[in-house]
Amino acid sequence: MKEFKIAQPKSLDQVTSLLSQKNTDYALMAGGTDLLDEIKNKIIAPEVVIDLKSVPDLSTIKMDKTHVSIDAMTCVADLAENPIIRENFPVLVEAALSLASPQLRNVGTVGGNLCQRPRCWYYRDPDTICRKKGGSRCFALRGRNRYHAIFGGGMCYIVHPSDLAPALISLDAEITINGLEGKKNILRLEDFFTLPQNNVRKENVLEARQVLSEIRIPLPKNGSKSTYYKFKERGTWDFAVVSAAISGVISGGVFRDIKIVCGGLAPIPWRLKKAEDFIKGKNLTEEVIKQGAKEALTDARPLEENTYKMGLVEAVLYTAISSMI
Amino acid sequence: MNKGKMKKGKTNTFTRRDFLKGFGSGTLGVAITPKLLAQKAESIQTKAGEVPVYAKKQIKFTVNSKAYTKVVEPQETLLDVLRDKLSLTGAKKTCDRGECGGCTVLLDGNPIYSCMYLAIRADGTNIKTIEGMAKEGKLHPLQQAYIDKDAYQCGFCTPGFIMASEALLKKKSNPDLGEIKKGLSGNLCRCGNYTKIYQAVDQAAKAGRS
Ligand SMILES: Cc1cc2nc3c(=O)[nH]c(=O)nc-3n(C[C@H](O)[C@H](O)[C@H](O)COP(=O)(O)OP(=O)(O)OC[C@H]3O[C@@H](n4cnc5c(N)ncnc54)[C@H](O)[C@@H]3O)c2cc1C
Ligand code: FES
Ligand code: FES
Repeated sequence: MKEFKIAQPKSLDQVTSLLSQKNTDYALMAGGTDLLDEIKNKIIAPEVVIDLKSVPDLSTIKMDKTHVSIDAMTCVADLAENPIIRENFPVLVEAALSLASPQLRNVGTVGGNLCQRPRCWYYRDPDTICRKKGGSRCFALRGRNRYHAIFGGGMCYIVHPSDLAPALISLDAEITINGLEGKKNILRLEDFFTLPQNNVRKENVLEARQVLSEIRIPLPKNGSKSTYYKFKERGTWDFAVVSAAISGVISGGVFRDIKIVCGGLAPIPWRLKKAEDFIKGKNLTEEVIKQGAKEALTDARPLEENTYKMGLVEAVLYTAISSMI
Repeated sequence: MNKGKMKKGKTNTFTRRDFLKGFGSGTLGVAITPKLLAQKAESIQTKAGEVPVYAKKQIKFTVNSKAYTKVVEPQETLLDVLRDKLSLTGAKKTCDRGECGGCTVLLDGNPIYSCMYLAIRADGTNIKTIEGMAKEGKLHPLQQAYIDKDAYQCGFCTPGFIMASEALLKKKSNPDLGEIKKGLSGNLCRCGNYTKIYQAVDQAAKAGRS
């Protein structure tokens, strides 16, 4: 691996102060399970890696009267095993256990999972300078695009790789972003992610001087149910081909409220609003669920090799929702 | 980048590994003690105080119940340090990308991929590798079970599998097949020996309970 130095700050203020210094190329490291891959593959070459693990007290999960808060440095394994999370948010536990492998979940963090970079093979190839890396083309558009986006593409067709993001968005999570001198910004996680048309180099609105510090989820309402279904190509670890996080309130066999957020479909976690609108208030028959998916798919623009994802969306929604009733 | 050739000239038993090393590097390494290597932290003055920045750092950690003090560079992975600086070559460098599990070791009891973990972050931790499994010349029940069940062909994945199995059984002494598969889902065997690997873990679990 290419050489770098490591900075070991003791507070988030020190982290953001470091990040705001000009003329040094910094990279933030949480668990490092994605960052080290980027460095080894020569996608990035930071001069200084900032070790977030040296900042104390950044990995607790707490509950107050209205919310559960998760510190950004909580590792995925701890998230999945936490009794508060297990009791309140099945979708989050299922998403956590679906991702990577036991070894990676022991090290990879929740914050790192939300901020991880895309897995597109053109982006991860050291010798390809695609648009996301500052080049002038997205090679997926006319190239090999089996795993690429069917929604929200255009400038670039990556799919967002995170499994936790769809789950957390379906639960209406908010995040706290720390900026310089203790300045904090709270926004909905749904608004954190941004499409390539807004900034093709990034997947979220985090600025260079900022760090994600906390995730907050409102406690579930009575009658809430949630689930995560992830379709992958192998039995063992893999990124989602298509996944769906579904959270809502069910009574009398009907969703009074429903949120459907998918992985594997778009450069950001993708909400199927048309499916939500169609399914809400109706008896949950196979036709209703599949028609809901079809409504949402009217906006899809598949590429040459990924039309199969259309059918998968229907199947994934049907499998996920029918497991909830 | 570390060259992995430094080794104190001390061994009197000549192992297969020594042969391979000598063969690969051609010359004997020069002994360099950690003290010779400067490791003072620079620091960066920020508005929120001084932050230490290391190009080298002395870390202390325990590996297989033995305490070590080593100077490491930030980009060195725990796997590189174990293999090249401590000559613990049981953990294998296979994919070097967190994808295969060949480098699995236990860090404070939890299985991790040592290829995706910076050594500098192992400061103050307790590591266990395959070399720490056998005790007083007696194989660990898991090692014995892997042999009894023929749970390997080339054996390259075996140290990683055994460490993942050890972590699994520490957490769940009586895993069913599904739990064994999940516990070992971060390890790949190119020879495709999964069925026998699962049987070995099952045997070790039963032995542990009897
Ligand atoms: C083999 C393999 C399989 C994987 N499978 C999956 C999978 O199925 N699903 C999935 O979702 N992920 C998967 N991952 C990706 C990754 O391991 C996990 O997403 C993990 O949770 C990332 O967390 P980390 O702490 O290691 O991130 P890091 O590598 O430390 O960071 C990732 C990125 O986020 C930035 N970052 C980290 N923390 C913060 C913060 N607090 N504020 C601002 N920026 C930050 C870093 O600068 C870096 O760019 C896989 C990885 C590998 C190697
Ligand atoms: S060598 Fe570390 S996971 Fe493959
Ligand atoms: S025994 Fe050969 S890779 Fe597993």
